[in-house]
Amino acid sequence: MKTHVPDVGRGHRLVRGLGSRRSASSLLAWAVALVAAGITLPDIVGWALVDATWVAEDRAGCDPAGACWAFVVNRLPQFAFGFYPPEERWRAAVALAWPLVSLAIALGPGFRRRAAVVAAALAFYPPVAGLLLLGGLLGLPRVPTSQWGGMTMTVFVGTVAFVAAFPIGLGLALARRSSLPALRLLGTGFIEIWRGLPLIAVLFIAVVMVPLALPPGTELPRLVLALVGITLYTSSYLAEVFRGGLQSLGAGQGEAASALGFTYWSAQRYVVVPQALMAVVPGILNTVVALFKDTTYVLVVGLFDFLSIVSAAVADPRWLGLATEGYVFVGLVYWAFCFLLSRVSARIERDIGRGRERGRSA
Amino acid sequence: MKTNVLFRLIAGTAALLPVAAQAGPTLDAVKARGVLNCGVSTGTSIGKSTLDDSGNWTGFEADFCRAVAAAILGDATAVEFVPLEFKNAFASLQSGSVDMLARSATWTLSRDAELGFEWAGVYLYDGQGFLVSKASGVTSAEQLDGASICVTSGTTTELNLADYFRTKGMSYTPITVGSPDQSIANLEAGRCDAYTNEVGGLASYRLGLSDPAAYTILPDVISKEPLGPVVRQDDPQFEDVVEWTLYALVIAEEFGLTKDGVAQAAATTQRPEMRRFLGAEGEFGAKLGLPNDWAVKVIQATGNYGELFERTLGSQSDAGIARGVNRLWSEGGLLYAPPVR
Repeated sequence: MKTHVPDVGRGHRLVRGLGSRRSASSLLAWAVALVAAGITLPDIVGWALVDATWVAEDRAGCDPAGACWAFVVNRLPQFAFGFYPPEERWRAAVALAWPLVSLAIALGPGFRRRAAVVAAALAFYPPVAGLLLLGGLLGLPRVPTSQWGGMTMTVFVGTVAFVAAFPIGLGLALARRSSLPALRLLGTGFIEIWRGLPLIAVLFIAVVMVPLALPPGTELPRLVLALVGITLYTSSYLAEVFRGGLQSLGAGQGEAASALGFTYWSAQRYVVVPQALMAVVPGILNTVVALFKDTTYVLVVGLFDFLSIVSAAVADPRWLGLATEGYVFVGLVYWAFCFLLSRVSARIERDIGRGRERGRSA
Repeated sequence: MKTNVLFRLIAGTAALLPVAAQAGPTLDAVKARGVLNCGVSTGTSIGKSTLDDSGNWTGFEADFCRAVAAAILGDATAVEFVPLEFKNAFASLQSGSVDMLARSATWTLSRDAELGFEWAGVYLYDGQGFLVSKASGVTSAEQLDGASICVTSGTTTELNLADYFRTKGMSYTPITVGSPDQSIANLEAGRCDAYTNEVGGLASYRLGLSDPAAYTILPDVISKEPLGPVVRQDDPQFEDVVEWTLYALVIAEEFGLTKDGVAQAAATTQRPEMRRFLGAEGEFGAKLGLPNDWAVKVIQATGNYGELFERTLGSQSDAGIARGVNRLWSEGGLLYAPPVR
């Protein structure tokens, strides 16, 4: 379809300069946002930048006219690494940076087998980052999970739960569409149970009720129990996303594959699943964004994630009354993460689209 | 309330499971683990449990956890602090996820009777009080006749306030709003003469005022909010340990034993009761399943009750709460410990 842009003088050139109607509409959205914000923009800049204090020992050292970012600056190591011992923080830093670097690679310039590199980086993350954080081998001092926290906790829980939930979710989606009634029932039942419970209840069951059923004397770290709970919960959501992709394909693909002599598993592996996954990239990323924000529920089971460690810091008598700074910081960080994820999704979609066009012209 | 139903459900379910029927496993579990799991606030309880810049737990309740760890393990640092929201705290205790709670839990009949818990004494006698500006010149709640008073709507504080003024035959105008923040703003703007809430809470909200020093908490307390450590009901041995840790703090103050002086006193004292207490004579620690010098370790960890209180909540702290009834019985307070013999 041809895009018709009416001639409105300078605006027209501006719009044409940006290339497409999509850019024009996003420009409009920005303009509206700026006009709405324009009323208070000088106030915001004044508070957040001009009058802000960046270096101070406590609240008394901050200029009351502006934001007291010194609070955030002083607490940054705690926000990032929780209670991780200072001399071992490089390990937490690696565990924190790893998923971010993987995402950056996914966003960066393309190279051969980039997707495979990113997938491998994520697949190896749970065991490697887990052992790195825990230590106790290769000369690394042991750091119990109770000392993990802050952004490291948020990123670790989010990434591990996603990576672990991905294959489980795929398995569940295939089970739910299986021709074997028992398997179908099992898959459907699992999905409906875990998806039907609120995450907060899942965590509560995992950490409060599960230990009651374990033999007395067995103590599992709360983090492990929480991870299992979040993983099962996320896998049931992902399973339904995957099922959507599988159903969008139609039976023809699988039938054609088996007509060509593919077994069930190789048909799934080479024909059905890759196409199904490509169809549901936005749905997967949507689940990831929701998961990332939901990780904050681990506070229910006594683990300090990023948000709760900032909430605690806000109540420190030395910094009391700085809730605005604390929560603005939390909001910006969460937004940046989720925006990064959404960019990755857009990039993957574009790459897939390009691949399809190539396929069509060939 | 919804959360109450949840507590009961969880506690009830837990009571049916076999683990809850075992007697006395907590102390052994703590010793085997080498760490006490202690449930505290999520770092939001000023003066009781907050996090400092370097991530250390500070405050009265955090230090009480350390005292119990020192009694059992001889090491005040052997505590894993588990931050718990109030609504999950009791369930976490019931499940064994924590060994005890030091989390500002008010001891009431229904909680004691209906949940499977035991309060191992009272470490803070809190209660509802009033925050007023120093400029008003008010020094006692009895002078508040005809005053307008800020109060949070729908809470027991509203009820206590009405009861108090009716009992005293005084009148007042309630300025009812939804949250403590708004009440503090109203007080600062002069829309009310006093703000009423629990004294511990008032002390912390006061710090959020632009000039906290211009406001003071009246000495009067109009309701009972006894706060204490909570343990599981099925483990009387562990309850004794927590209870006697609290008594040790009180006895230490009675004997004038301080954090710095206790080691020397243990070595040199000739007073029989002090010798028994500090483990120089008899086997009193063993009766609790503890090392004989348990009391020395407790006092070295946190100081005596007075030192602990003044450092975290009292005159040497930001909150600056007066000791009030949290004084020794011999000084007109409520703190009283049974003898060690």
